[in-house]
Amino acid sequence: MNTLIYTACLGLFGLLAEIFNFRKYLIPILVLGLAIIFSLNLQTWNHPQTHFNGMLSDSNFSTAFSGLALFIMLVILILSTDFYSSTDDEKHISDYMAILMFTLCGALMMFSYANMAMLFLGIETLSISLYVMAGSRRFEVKSNEAGFKYFLMGSFASAFLLFGIALIFGVTGTFSIDGIGAYMRMHADSLDPRFIVGMLLMVFAMLFKVSAAPFHFWSPDVYEGAPTLITALMSTLVKIAAFAAFYKLVSVCFVFAMGKAELILTFSCAATLLIGNLVALVQDNFKRLLAYSGISHAGYMMLAILSLQGSTDSALFLYSVGYAVASLAAFAIAITVFKATDTESISGFNGLGKKNPFLAACLTMAMLSLAGIPPFAGFFGKYFIFSEAFRNGYEQMVFLAIISSIIGVFYYMKVIVAMYSKPANEFEIKPTFSYQMVIVVCLILSLVLGLYPGVFTKLL
Amino acid sequence: MENSIQSIPQNWYLILSSFMFCIGIMGVLFRRNAIIILMCIELMLNAVNLLLVSFSSYAGNAEGQVFVFFIMVVAAAEVAVGLALLVSIYRNIASTDINILSKMKW
Repeated sequence: MNTLIYTACLGLFGLLAEIFNFRKYLIPILVLGLAIIFSLNLQTWNHPQTHFNGMLSDSNFSTAFSGLALFIMLVILILSTDFYSSTDDEKHISDYMAILMFTLCGALMMFSYANMAMLFLGIETLSISLYVMAGSRRFEVKSNEAGFKYFLMGSFASAFLLFGIALIFGVTGTFSIDGIGAYMRMHADSLDPRFIVGMLLMVFAMLFKVSAAPFHFWSPDVYEGAPTLITALMSTLVKIAAFAAFYKLVSVCFVFAMGKAELILTFSCAATLLIGNLVALVQDNFKRLLAYSGISHAGYMMLAILSLQGSTDSALFLYSVGYAVASLAAFAIAITVFKATDTESISGFNGLGKKNPFLAACLTMAMLSLAGIPPFAGFFGKYFIFSEAFRNGYEQMVFLAIISSIIGVFYYMKVIVAMYSKPANEFEIKPTFSYQMVIVVCLILSLVLGLYPGVFTKLL
Repeated sequence: MENSIQSIPQNWYLILSSFMFCIGIMGVLFRRNAIIILMCIELMLNAVNLLLVSFSSYAGNAEGQVFVFFIMVVAAAEVAVGLALLVSIYRNIASTDINILSKMKW
């Protein structure tokens, strides 16, 4: 809970920085603040507590995911120094930073909610901040379009979530997730149809938020149109926050009622895996490619939610960490390349292997980790999720997931091929020091996690 | 106050708000004017509000009505952001027809 309060304070500080005109020192101060909050967050480890009359609860689950979210935001802040370096952006830097902090607040609420009100507020805080950030390039129609599409889809999904919450409140008479869980356990055999409809509506809304098929169509457009740094944020922090909230919701409130939704979830998981990987094959735009790759990763993570009977939270966490570090490294490189070549298509990476072997090697490692090739973290994340799903009797789904991850290797290879075997273009690509640092740190983390996955497998 | 809400059977509230919710969904899916879509989303949220108020009145539990306030606040914030985005879109393309917003496909 303290993590949440301090992060909100940092957000307010960002707003004040605008008034008192110390924008120059804002990002270093926020980075320092987030680093302190990160270490404070570790103190809640093994100290489960509830706060505010059971509105929020700290648990190892929320601490682990909050740590990951803080790390992601730290990386995004470091990347933002060079990303927002134009004069127009510098004027608005404190607004951007404040909104990013509030995004983080929303994510933190989604990890530690113990009441439907907090779930709703968390999702909305996260989403509303991101609608603004996605549309923050005011004079580009693409960015406007991305922001507005995200807004329409997001608020549409929130309405479903709310209708579900209202129906469940009508049946159980409480918003507390433990209360709903207790009701679900007591009436597991004869659940009220309104409870089941409410559960299905909430599941649909969460599928929207994690961009699982058939509700995935907004995400490639939004990812493409939004500023690249915000795309990086959406494909890591937002996806992970939505999955953690989804996992907590299902595991606490609906685990015995899931039989009714299992068919829908299985279908959606299979469709997500296939659509994500197959459509990614034909993409030329790197951001769209990563968007579809994000959709396919949502499919793998949904396997963890499907196979809830075994506790799959550590597998989900390991997968999230592996996915986040690899994506952040890939986006950091992409931002550098986009800026130098002024194009977002994969052809911008042509001949990177000759021009800047360091960047090319790093991008190769990130792509291999996303594709799930050992010894990177991506491989072990997939491995643990698949083995949990296999143990819980989803053999066909695991088979499908393995097939689709083999398809996935092809489009990740497309980028690698472009870097090493296409003729080089004339642009000079040179990452700044902070970008190099971020890329190296992320990839080292990915490698360490891949070599010693045991640290995380029994963590939660 | 309680009595006037409870003079109507609870299921009727459920039917009415489901109906309002469905009108909202239809509007979002089939109308092409961004402002009308915004209004339809508001209609969906208000259907939820009605449902929560009736449930909480029947159960004698004020929590539901507190939740309605949360929803109202968030809906206001959402509409503020949505309209701001719409204004910047209108400045760029001089229209509120969302069919024009299809720069990105596949």
